[in-house]
Amino acid sequence: MSKNFTLDGKVISFKDGQTIMDAALTAGVYIPHLCHNPKFIPHGSCKLCIVNVNGRNMTSCTMPAGNGMVIENNTSALNDDRKALVQMLFVEGNHTCPSCEASGNCKLQATAYYLEMLSPHYTHFYPPRTVDASHPDIFLDLNRCILCELCVRASRDVDGKNIFKISGRGIGSHLVVNAESGKLGDTNFAVTDKAARVCPTGAILIKRRGYKTPIGHRIYDHKKINEIQAESDHE
Amino acid sequence: MDSCEFSQIEQQLSPVFEQHGYEAQKLLQILLDVQEIYSFIPDEAITYIANLLSVSRVSVKAVVDFYSFLSFKSVGEYRVLFSDNITDQMLGKNELMQYFCKKMWLEPGKVSEDNLLSVDSTSCTGMCDQGPAALVNGWPLTNLDQQRLDLIAKLIRDRNPVSTWPAMLFEVKDNIYRSEILLGKPSVAGAAIKATLERGVAATLSEIEASKLRGRGGAGYSTANKWSSCRTSPGTAHYIVCNADEGEPGTFKDRVLLNSYADLVLEGMTIAAKIIGATQGFLYLRGEYRYLRRKLEEVLAQRRTAGLLGRSILGELGFDFDIEIHLGAGAYICGEESALIESLEGKSGRPRNRPPFPVTHGYLDQPTVVDNVETFACVSKIAEYDSAWFTALGTAQSSGSKILSISGDCARPGIYEYPFGVALYEIFDDCGAEDVHAVQVSGPSGTLVSCKEFRRRICFEDLPTAGALIIFNRERDILQVALNSAHFFAYESCGFCTPCRVGTQLQKKIIDKISDGYGTAYDLEELKYIGHIMRTMSHCGLGHTAANQVIDMLDKFPDAYKNKLKKLVFEPAFDLDRALEKARKITGRDDKLAHFP
Repeated sequence: MSKNFTLDGKVISFKDGQTIMDAALTAGVYIPHLCHNPKFIPHGSCKLCIVNVNGRNMTSCTMPAGNGMVIENNTSALNDDRKALVQMLFVEGNHTCPSCEASGNCKLQATAYYLEMLSPHYTHFYPPRTVDASHPDIFLDLNRCILCELCVRASRDVDGKNIFKISGRGIGSHLVVNAESGKLGDTNFAVTDKAARVCPTGAILIKRRGYKTPIGHRIYDHKKINEIQAESDHE
Repeated sequence: MDSCEFSQIEQQLSPVFEQHGYEAQKLLQILLDVQEIYSFIPDEAITYIANLLSVSRVSVKAVVDFYSFLSFKSVGEYRVLFSDNITDQMLGKNELMQYFCKKMWLEPGKVSEDNLLSVDSTSCTGMCDQGPAALVNGWPLTNLDQQRLDLIAKLIRDRNPVSTWPAMLFEVKDNIYRSEILLGKPSVAGAAIKATLERGVAATLSEIEASKLRGRGGAGYSTANKWSSCRTSPGTAHYIVCNADEGEPGTFKDRVLLNSYADLVLEGMTIAAKIIGATQGFLYLRGEYRYLRRKLEEVLAQRRTAGLLGRSILGELGFDFDIEIHLGAGAYICGEESALIESLEGKSGRPRNRPPFPVTHGYLDQPTVVDNVETFACVSKIAEYDSAWFTALGTAQSSGSKILSISGDCARPGIYEYPFGVALYEIFDDCGAEDVHAVQVSGPSGTLVSCKEFRRRICFEDLPTAGALIIFNRERDILQVALNSAHFFAYESCGFCTPCRVGTQLQKKIIDKISDGYGTAYDLEELKYIGHIMRTMSHCGLGHTAANQVIDMLDKFPDAYKNKLKKLVFEPAFDLDRALEKARKITGRDDKLAHFP
């Protein structure tokens, strides 16, 4: 007998071992998320994918699906709270969409649009963060890092290189590079690495590709992130 | 220090590795020793450690960067860290720290040019009943006043090693004022294990179940349920962990239990090992309690000699169990059980995703029981006597007793053991608290109680607590209580999840703004909403509770902030004139033209 739960009233079936997020994506239902990517081990840090399961908030990308769960996802209350989280991500870093090469391809920006974020709302932190241009093919711009650890996971689990790691604590948490100099140029990071292509924002940018796809022709310029991710994330 | 001084690094660090071994789980213990040798972690040591433990350099650096007692730069030959709990502040910590810095010609947070000394604040060191307190190179200083600081200043200027300082500076008292079943009746070492073996393992577990014992760390989960789950979980090994990372500000009862009742605690761990089938146990001792380590090692050695630890305990073939002490390094989050396990494995203390829970996937992914110091002490007593003796005290859902660490405005701050169900007003009489205005129950993560609620009772049905109870009289500014908590959580957030990492910062900034006199009604609403986000969206208990004091203040103590608010709807936190302060300092100007009108 197949197992299922209801998500905003819709019956969704799942297999044992699937998370709520897995099952939702398989069924083509979008739950907002930034640190999650179905190709990697779930991380559960951005908290955008929190859903309400039988009255309790749970992180859908790490929570195993359970038979008979009654889940709320696309409610105005949850989306308001998710918007506040996106605003928090905006103000803790230095995100300047109009001058960012990732604009239009950026999941943070697209999620903000989806959640109808009109302003950062909170006072900007303006943290001093570094840009590392030492690598011949790749920029590492920590101003845009949202600590999702997708590059950490990709480099460790797919590329087998272990180039990235999160260091520090609290608001001082930051991405570091595994080289004695701390510079990306002193690692064996390659443009063909999976980790070079998983950043949901513009923190990891491939050089000499700037504006090859003009603004207006980018992924989220035509479709909202919910339409695209429900289709493509679960290849 | 010059890099050439590190040419001998292999030679200098070889005793450290000899002691701890070469497993990656030992990383944090090794780093603590390296920090002690050099007063920081030199880059050369990082490379050397990474090679020997077969981990990446960046993993070693990430751990150094996470714990507040480890540093990349020298913290001086002497590092004085003033405990920054609200109780220390009430006893004059801020003024004393300023006095000491002025005396030593030093700015807080900086190292003197001759690398002699640095002075800074640190989260509560667990000496709230004998503060203001501090740590000097990890050793606790208590009852600080100007006279003692004068002496300390002289000792430092004369470069006297801390080990030669007068013992009275380091005196830590138990201050036990009230005893019940745990602290009252002394137990003979081994009696509870003997009773367990006579009764049988299954019967002892049933006895614990019948005692309705709930975890004393605050969450109150049924101990018998936890142990039963762990016992039946498959794994290559099972582990027992005693959570002595007593980091909740205002809590110091575990310090007293470990100092004077260590046998009771270790015996409870040994019984737990017999029940779940563990051969290895860990006592996770917070870095602030490092001074207790030697004494605890002695008790462990005595127990081994007496056949109460090691192979064939009390002659029973196959009953093998031993306990290792693991030191923390200044991180409140490690009191959270999955973060504690990460730390035990030598990593940064970031809470894991749950499920799976530690009872099935804990230390090294094996079934693990993590319990509070006091919980293990209770188990010893239940095993020695029986469940009926234990349930004779307490309420329907909270059996037995609770040890409270009482501090703040009272005549006799210290340790009080009560049957569960005791009302707050009864406690005030015992500890000599008069004119009480507010009480913080269970630390910053707990509840701030107003005088309308003093008939409330300490128990899981009403006011659950991990043991802290801080009393504030009418003279105290409750805004400062909320401000102290807000700063504490912003500093101690591990940074893993968005709501807590950013929310604790936003909360701190807004409370600061109100305290500075720039707050408005709008800011109060902001605080409420940020509190809601942290409570409902965070990854672990730290984030879930980080807004408790602020929300309680807003709900129950309007007088604490109302007269500080500007009447406007909105007021920016940014102040033009204040922004010029740095420029005035640099130019040495303070005339009229250097100010905005």
